[in-house]
Amino acid sequence: MKNIDIKRLLYTHLLCIFSIILSIFIPSVFLENFSILETHLTWLCICSVFVTAVNLLLYVVVKPSASAKRSSLSYKVTRFLKCCIYFLMSCFVFHVIFVLYGAPLIELVLETFLFAVILSTFTTVPCLCLLGPNIKAWLRVFSRNGVTSIWENSLQITTISSFLGSWFGAFPIPLDWERPWQVWPISCTLGATFGYVAGLVISPLWIYWNRKQLTYKNN
Amino acid sequence: MRLGCGAFAAGCVAVEVLGVALFLRGFFPPPVRSSSQPAPPAAPEPSAGASSSGTKLLPPLFGKVVVMLIDGLRDDFVFGSKGVKFMPYTTYLVEEGASHSFVAEAKPPTVTMPRIKALVTGSLPGFVDVVRNLNSPALLEDNVVTRATAAGKRVIFYGDETWVKLFPKHFVEYDGTTSFFVSDYTEVDDNVTRHLDKVLKRGDWDVLILHYLGLDHIGHISGPSSPLIGRKLSEMDSILMRIHTSLQSEEREALSPSLLVLCGDHGMSESGGHGAASLEEVSTALLLTSSAFSRKPGEVRPPERVQQTDLAATLAVGLGLPIPQHSVGRFLFPVMQGRAMREQLRFLHLNAVQLSRLLQASNPVYEREPGFEQFKMSERLHGNWVRLYLENNNSEVLLNLGAKVRRQYLGALKSLSRAVSSQVAQYDIYSMVLGTVVVLEVLALLLLSIPQALGAAAELEVPLSPVCSLLFYLAFLLLWAMHVVVCTSAERSRYLCSLTWPMAGGVLALVSALLCGVLSALTRTCVDGKLLRRNPTPSSWRWSELDFLTLAGTAGHVLSLGASSFIEEEHQTWYFLVSTLCLALCHESYRACFLGEDGEPRHCSSPASALQDRSVSCDVLELDQACQSPSSLDGLGGREKYMALASPWLVLGCCRLLRSLNQTGVQWAHRPDLGHWLTSSEHQAELSILSALSLLAIFALVQSRCSPLSKGALALGLLGVYCYRTATGHLLFPWQQDSKDLSSDLALGRACFCYALLSSIPVSAYIVLVTALRYHLFIWSVFSPKLLYEGMHLLVTAALCLCFTAVGRSSTKADTGRIARC
Repeated sequence: MKNIDIKRLLYTHLLCIFSIILSIFIPSVFLENFSILETHLTWLCICSVFVTAVNLLLYVVVKPSASAKRSSLSYKVTRFLKCCIYFLMSCFVFHVIFVLYGAPLIELVLETFLFAVILSTFTTVPCLCLLGPNIKAWLRVFSRNGVTSIWENSLQITTISSFLGSWFGAFPIPLDWERPWQVWPISCTLGATFGYVAGLVISPLWIYWNRKQLTYKNN
Repeated sequence: MRLGCGAFAAGCVAVEVLGVALFLRGFFPPPVRSSSQPAPPAAPEPSAGASSSGTKLLPPLFGKVVVMLIDGLRDDFVFGSKGVKFMPYTTYLVEEGASHSFVAEAKPPTVTMPRIKALVTGSLPGFVDVVRNLNSPALLEDNVVTRATAAGKRVIFYGDETWVKLFPKHFVEYDGTTSFFVSDYTEVDDNVTRHLDKVLKRGDWDVLILHYLGLDHIGHISGPSSPLIGRKLSEMDSILMRIHTSLQSEEREALSPSLLVLCGDHGMSESGGHGAASLEEVSTALLLTSSAFSRKPGEVRPPERVQQTDLAATLAVGLGLPIPQHSVGRFLFPVMQGRAMREQLRFLHLNAVQLSRLLQASNPVYEREPGFEQFKMSERLHGNWVRLYLENNNSEVLLNLGAKVRRQYLGALKSLSRAVSSQVAQYDIYSMVLGTVVVLEVLALLLLSIPQALGAAAELEVPLSPVCSLLFYLAFLLLWAMHVVVCTSAERSRYLCSLTWPMAGGVLALVSALLCGVLSALTRTCVDGKLLRRNPTPSSWRWSELDFLTLAGTAGHVLSLGASSFIEEEHQTWYFLVSTLCLALCHESYRACFLGEDGEPRHCSSPASALQDRSVSCDVLELDQACQSPSSLDGLGGREKYMALASPWLVLGCCRLLRSLNQTGVQWAHRPDLGHWLTSSEHQAELSILSALSLLAIFALVQSRCSPLSKGALALGLLGVYCYRTATGHLLFPWQQDSKDLSSDLALGRACFCYALLSSIPVSAYIVLVTALRYHLFIWSVFSPKLLYEGMHLLVTAALCLCFTAVGRSSTKADTGRIARC
């Protein structure tokens, strides 16, 4: 049971990584002069769309949250709308936090906002898919000893590693190397992407490694 | 004997300040300065007071001087195989022309600006320079260029902008080139060369200085073995040929000969960089060419090794100027070889007098220096020689005696120059090591006594057992023996050796006492650990995220100090870490608020420990408001709770405001900021509104009935007044044995301890870092100022700790006195 779950987790994560790789290579077929550094904003949009799509697809196909009870269409629609609102809110909250961290307030608004969007894609979208628009559940997952399944455990790891990645991505900005990727927000978005990918790779391995120690309340 | 932890921390920091001071004394050797500020008059010729002709300044040796400075000209670029291959004309000059070639040794840091200073002043950069250069870029020290300008010479300069910054008003004509674009190695040199034709034709100047940057840029881009180097050297060779032929053709018309100097400011390492003290980086080429030099045909000599500082004295002598006061060099004697004996001796005497003045100013026991004795003797001989000369004595005897005096002088100059320059040239490693040892021992002591200081009693035992004292004497004896060995073996003067022996003994006793303290603390910790393992008690200490964040932030900050660009933008690190801490606090408080029951029991069960680690984070960033919020969350309700939840965001907003208020650092310092916007004249209305609003806010805060903030402030103020009245004896404390006072005293001591610990970790780490990076390119411009700031910060910390401890001590004393009276 558990091993099968871990395998499924690994496959879904590999699919997510694959979507990020696709977002790097597919646009260069259709668009001229496409490169991550020079047309960074385009790449950000495409990557966030790809990752969101794959997450939604996985949610529909795999159904990890396993809510058995049937629900009406209107309930589903309101739930979806709520999710959209939550996503937008998280984008704005991230934007505010970036500004508080020192991002320029008036210039480069679009860049900052797209960074917020991509970070929300890496963190909020999986949360919304897995937990739904439910603040209590979110707080439970992100507090100590509040995890109830390996899906939530991996969610915790990927989210934290995305945050850490973007946090570390801010470090090269004040250095005087004069590289093209030191421009705001490229190093941060790249850091977030690397963090997300690292989290996707690490979490199944970590769960596999600690499968004996991990006991969940529901299992 | 027991000691409160506040007093302990204060004592530790005070000792640490001593250690840092010792380190700084070793790291910044004091510059050699002669005592008299105005330039002393030229010393008269030692001729037993007979003639007055000796006191006047000597005429210049050369009419025109051209200094062609090529940045990064290593010695083998001219004298090695590269020189033969790419610089044919220069090689011809070296081998057959009327020239003298040398390998000039530059002192580290081998960076352009200190090297230029060494070339024109003949002195070496010291502590005072670092402090002075924080604000004023102009060179204020006595130097050749200033002297030449003062003597009415017309100086023209083309090349690196650094010169223009150093001498803003000295050149009659200049064109500065910025060395900012390292990738450009053609434009920087064309910018210099384009003026050459005009200037060489005009000839209405006395000194021409050219500074070519291209070679150094190529070195930075692709290293010393790249093919670009050869092309650049050929270009330089052709320029040298142009200047030399033009000077020669001019000389035929004018009577006085001219001098052409080709030199480098520093060398180039095998990877193309510079700044450190490797042989490739300190060896530079130096070539002096003039028609005045006589040269026997067919005579080939390997270039002599001299000091780079010697050039300043040579240039001064060549232009007929007094030698710069603080120059530690001796002038290059081969330049003088064709002159009359009397003149030669006169110049040697002038240089020796200048050096001996420097020695007298820097060394209290200068009479014992061998160079000084030699100088006195040669001066006496010189006097005899002059007397013989004036009496028109036999020329044979005169010549022999003159040669003897000259030899004497040259030997004296050599030892004098070495004695003077050894004081500034190098770091005083011995003082640095002792200072570092003191600082590290204090840090170890602080770290080892954490459990006791933050324990229930908050008191520490002072080890006075016989074993400890035995250990102390042993360590003291060993250190004393080491001190004697170091002081007797070293040929260089060291600061600690020049101290009187009780002072040095005091320092050594301090080191050994600290060692004993560390060792006893270590054994105690080990014993405690063993005891704890034998009967394990459930430890209440758990690592929370905040503890981890505080520690990691401190460690990360210390690590970031290893990179010069992080030091330049250190405020960014602080803002970033403060924002992170605020967000973490926010997370904590939200979790405690919404999941109160599920959260850790730490908040309600053990408020003391919670308070304790809060106090750590408080001390790091002094965000009292934000820190207090989570720990006191449970006891609050309604409005206070929301305030607690909002306060991290408030602090974050204030930080952001602060960040945009004043752009500082290096990279973004030019960006517009709020402070400038407000103080500019067209925004006076906004500024007045803002200040009126903030004044109103203060007024409202004070006026409002029961704001906890104003209450606290009022209470503190009233308490201060009350304490003052008590101290003068008019009032009495109403309480007898109040535990509250004791606990506040305890908390103060603990806070003191934490503060001391957290400020001494970066200092000790930074000292070790700077020692490791002492040959870094930016050691003078970035790391040393930061070191001074760190030392100052530690001093402030020590003062604060002492102040707090004194306050705590006096209040406790008053308390106990009161108890005794009752």
